[in-house]
Amino acid sequence: MNGKTIVIGVIGSDVHAVGNKIIDYALTNAGFNVVNVGVLSTQEDFINAAVETNADCILISSLYGHGELDCQGIREKCDEAGLKDILLYIGGNIVVGKQDFKDVEERFKKLGFNRVYPPGVKIEAGIEDLKKDLEIKQ
Amino acid sequence: MNEGYLLIDFGSTYTKLTLVDIKQELIIATSKAITTVETNIMDGFNKAFHLLKQKYDEKEIKIIKKLACSSAAGGLKMVTIGLVPELTVEAGKRAALGAGARVLKTYSYEITSDEINEIKQMQVDIILLSGGTDGGNKEIIIHNAEKIAKHFQSIPIILAGNKCAHDEIREIFNTHKIKYQVTQNVMPRLNEINVLPVREKIRELFMKNIIRSKGMDHAEDFIDGILMPTPAAVLKASEILSKGTDKQDGIGDLIVVDIGGATTDVHSLADGYPTKAGINLKGLKEPFAKRTVEGDLGMRYSALALLEASGEKMIKDYLSLENIKEKCSFLHQHINFVPKKEEDIAFDEALAKVATKLAINRHVGHIEIAYTPLGEVYNQYGKDLLEVNYIIGTGGVLVHSRNPDDILKEGLFSKQEPTLLKPKNPMFKIDKQYILSAMGLLAYDLPDCAYRMMKKYIIDKWEDS
Ligand code: B12
Repeated sequence: MNGKTIVIGVIGSDVHAVGNKIIDYALTNAGFNVVNVGVLSTQEDFINAAVETNADCILISSLYGHGELDCQGIREKCDEAGLKDILLYIGGNIVVGKQDFKDVEERFKKLGFNRVYPPGVKIEAGIEDLKKDLEIKQ
Repeated sequence: MNEGYLLIDFGSTYTKLTLVDIKQELIIATSKAITTVETNIMDGFNKAFHLLKQKYDEKEIKIIKKLACSSAAGGLKMVTIGLVPELTVEAGKRAALGAGARVLKTYSYEITSDEINEIKQMQVDIILLSGGTDGGNKEIIIHNAEKIAKHFQSIPIILAGNKCAHDEIREIFNTHKIKYQVTQNVMPRLNEINVLPVREKIRELFMKNIIRSKGMDHAEDFIDGILMPTPAAVLKASEILSKGTDKQDGIGDLIVVDIGGATTDVHSLADGYPTKAGINLKGLKEPFAKRTVEGDLGMRYSALALLEASGEKMIKDYLSLENIKEKCSFLHQHINFVPKKEEDIAFDEALAKVATKLAINRHVGHIEIAYTPLGEVYNQYGKDLLEVNYIIGTGGVLVHSRNPDDILKEGLFSKQEPTLLKPKNPMFKIDKQYILSAMGLLAYDLPDCAYRMMKKYIIDKWEDS
């Protein structure tokens, strides 16, 4: 255990459940305390979980292409809920079809995400970044 | 000579006695008298006891134990404090309700001075302090502990929050000489609810402190124990009936509806997992034994509040009548009113139907439909009670009604509201002898005897007829 708590889940009306299970397993193995809100989760589900568990990061998956809409206002709500400077990550297939990722990344950063991953990026990449961002010693 | 248990319910209006022959498993006699908290709680008891003695032969049965429950002197009044409204606040509230408390109000996040002042006005018996999963948020619960410690030196506190904050809070409470009890977190992990340790602490405190502070300690010289608040006894009885004991199987999932003058209580004894495939269970998990209390649904004191909650139109669905508002205010002012005239009886039954319908609607879980590109997906919040075996009615209006089933039918699943997970095909039973709370007390000592008696008096008896 590295003492860091990560809230994970799949946002919006998205039912893709397989990746979520894999992420749960991978983060737990890497020593994180994982709080999984599961598929079909609202912004509030993520935020409430993070407040009660004093989470260090909210790591969102979106696979079905509507991630941008589902994530509107999430950073503001985190601020409102007292989750000051909590890390926000997102990955999966976050937008519809193939779009220029630079552009996509910029839009999600504007929404308040700290890290944004293009399709095909494995969770291991996310774990490496978490270790950096949360200053976990190897 | 046979041995008997005397079971006593110090109710808000009546002190009710039930004498049980524990060998033959029979109800020997019952009696009641007005509860007397203002003078001496024993006055009312003695009056009822005197009446009881006229109904049985003291040479035939010897009372070997006297156990009581109580909702006198306003019941057990609590406020609960948690962190997030949908999570630890809700978990704490459920634990307190399951312990038979009246939850006057709940508080979330950092409590403010205004809220502290509000609590001061309420004369609460116990404050439940929770917040944070184990290892989760400590900051808020510690802040709230400090606030409480400064302002509530004389109210007992139950601490059931993030265990990692408990040491620090103990220090705060010790410095301020607070009376407190520590127990396991009411929500140790996200969405996991742990109500039993809190319930047991509430019961202990109720027995140790609350009885005395309500001037009920006189009773303790004569009675072996006032074990729990009355609603907790009803929940205990329902749980035994549903689950059975070490030695015998219970009758399975059930709902108890208790319609009173001021509130309508609903108890469900069921896990409430989805009964259909492909449904996601969302939100805080539910306790197997769940109690909800509707403070705005009652036959007398709350008759006006009921009207406000339902609207005239809903009452008119059951009874065409013009002066509904007048009738409700009359009942609100005459809380001991007993209907004799046909039209008053009909009005009571209409109110009872509304109370049953709304209270069960609020108690059961529901389905929310999310529309996705693939079609509809279903989320379940709360308990799925579609397949529950029994709805059991108790409380004056149901017990005295000529058509209690018609009232309980309002608790059924309806195609008009298909997302409400109400029972589809249960059997209806009535607690005719009004024994549920007594059986909850008896179950404390003799669970098998209590189980068989409830089976005999509530379930089987009415199946033959
Ligand atoms: C199986 C599947 C389904 C199943 C899901 C069953 C279930 N309950 O899980 C069903 C049939 C229900 C389904 C439905 C739909 N699907 Co689908 N589905 C797939 C499929 C074939 C596999 C998904 C999967 O399980 N992959 C395996 C897991 C392990 O990978 P993963 O989910 O991608 O997760 C990994 C990574 O993405 C990453 N990751 C995920 N989150 C994050 C977050 C961070 C921070 C990081 C670092 C990494 C990371 O790590 C995960 C673990 O390794 C994919 C195509 C594909 N090959 O990916 C399409 C796919 C995801 N589906 C798609 C679509 C469009 C749909 C539908 C809208 C179809 C429709 N038109 O009706 C619906 C939407 C339903 C809904 N409401 O969600 C599209 C999405 C396109 C887009 N975003 O532009 C895809 C990509 C197919 C495609 N190429 O068109 N689908």
